[in-house]
Amino acid sequence: MNNFTVEAIELTRLYGGREAVSNVSFTLSKGEVLGFLGPNGAGKSTTMKMLTGNLAPSNGSVKICGIDMMENPKEAKALIGYLPEMRPLYKELTVDEYLTVAARLHRVSSSNIKKAVEIAKERCGLGHMSKRLIENLSNGYQQRVGIAQAIIHNPMVVILDEPTVGLDPIQIRDIRALIRELGSDYSVIISTHILPEVEMVCDRVQIIDKGKLVFNGAIDVLKKQRVGNKLLIGMHNPPSVDAMLKIAGITEAEALAGGLMRVRFAEDATPAEAIVQAAVKHNWGLHQIAPDQTSLEDVFMQLTYQEQSEF
Amino acid sequence: MIINVARKELKSVFASPMGWVILSLLMFAFGTYYLNGVNDYFAVMSGAMRPAERTGVTQFVAQTVYGLASFIMLFAVPLLSMRLISEERRSQTLPFLFSAPISLTEIVLGKFVGLVAFLSILIVFIALMLSTLNIWSDIDFGFIIANSIGLWLLVASFSALGLYFSSLTQQPVVAAILTFVALFALMILDRFFAGDPSNTLASLSLMRHFQSFSSGLIDSGDIAYFVLFITTFLTLTVRRLDADRLRG
Repeated sequence: MNNFTVEAIELTRLYGGREAVSNVSFTLSKGEVLGFLGPNGAGKSTTMKMLTGNLAPSNGSVKICGIDMMENPKEAKALIGYLPEMRPLYKELTVDEYLTVAARLHRVSSSNIKKAVEIAKERCGLGHMSKRLIENLSNGYQQRVGIAQAIIHNPMVVILDEPTVGLDPIQIRDIRALIRELGSDYSVIISTHILPEVEMVCDRVQIIDKGKLVFNGAIDVLKKQRVGNKLLIGMHNPPSVDAMLKIAGITEAEALAGGLMRVRFAEDATPAEAIVQAAVKHNWGLHQIAPDQTSLEDVFMQLTYQEQSEF
Repeated sequence: MIINVARKELKSVFASPMGWVILSLLMFAFGTYYLNGVNDYFAVMSGAMRPAERTGVTQFVAQTVYGLASFIMLFAVPLLSMRLISEERRSQTLPFLFSAPISLTEIVLGKFVGLVAFLSILIVFIALMLSTLNIWSDIDFGFIIANSIGLWLLVASFSALGLYFSSLTQQPVVAAILTFVALFALMILDRFFAGDPSNTLASLSLMRHFQSFSSGLIDSGDIAYFVLFITTFLTLTVRRLDADRLRG
């Protein structure tokens, strides 16, 4: 018996002959936060719907802690907390009423319901909102109620579909902190198209594009990809490209507008010091030198672009 | 689990003024008819000379009240049932139920039980109101019980049909109109076959099967009809929701 909390095996979903998700397989272990990344319409939400049993896969299967979603949907669903993209809130109820309903439907024993509601409210910072109608809460607080609903029964797996969409920066920060916190106790899957968010909260990343998994690995791998062997140098009197290439270790140089120059260097070389010395010697008027990071967006573009070029 | 879904439905009905307003308005209408019935009883009976023309007070009053009730429910049930699933579809709250550890059958039955429980309040109130006649008269409780069972089966059938139409659409109003039209057609179906009462189509009419209850007769054939009617539409609803999961 392995200890994967989520196993997706060759998930495929057809919508009228078109593959919205095709052959997606992955696993998730306890205590991991998995980021699901992809452009709009890539199949993130569809995959999540299949994981939570809201949508039947055309092919493949889902196992939650070893329980098959198709064969034992009730047992499998009891282990999942799910917050869909559109928050499923009954707005005519108060926060307490709603969470009580959620706890009851998720088979929290009646003696524990009060406690479960209190704990979920506390974790999501909803303590002082207990008696308010959900309808009257702000967007951010409604989102918190949505998350509280997903964790009320202490599930093994929490699945949040775009949890930070439409929130203000402070709320986003709070929600991210909450997700990190949840990650220590549960397995968490979040989907998003905000890349820095993934870097902040996830241990592992999956990039999905056009229904196919194009990247699956630890966040560190993705980070390494973005820090290339590149330097960005700013000078008042920039030299010619040839002059720059003479410095040991530099393999490529490219002059940019405004006296900037981007240089690429060999894998094991550290040419920064040599560049500074040369700059002083030749009076290049150096005013800036910094590693040139490819943004996560670029890495993302590269990964999804590679996929496109196959066609 | 069915009970938990039903409790959620009842909570939603009573969370807004809607539930209370409907209860009070309907009780007001039934109360008025009850009062009129009692008044008319004396007027009519004092004019009825021959013993054959005389009917008991239970039958006289209860028949007017239950006749009105079956008619009013034709409007009230579509208004109450329209929201059950279409509203959840529109505000996208169905995933909340679908991802909870409950089966589709339990969801549908829960919603059905919730609505029928709400309507049962009215039926119990009507029976209690009519029973007050017993204070100064000796009434026929069997007649009231038969009528209550009949009315209960009738509104349960209305609810099952309403629940099904509610599962077909995202617009509660569309569900209400469809339910009303379908119920109305089923109610008056037997009028079209007045000349040929043995016609098969005529026996599909809801009203025809309610009639034996309203004359105080509990007929197992009629009970079977209502039970089958309810089962059919609840099954159709489950299948409709299952299609959501399969086709997305």
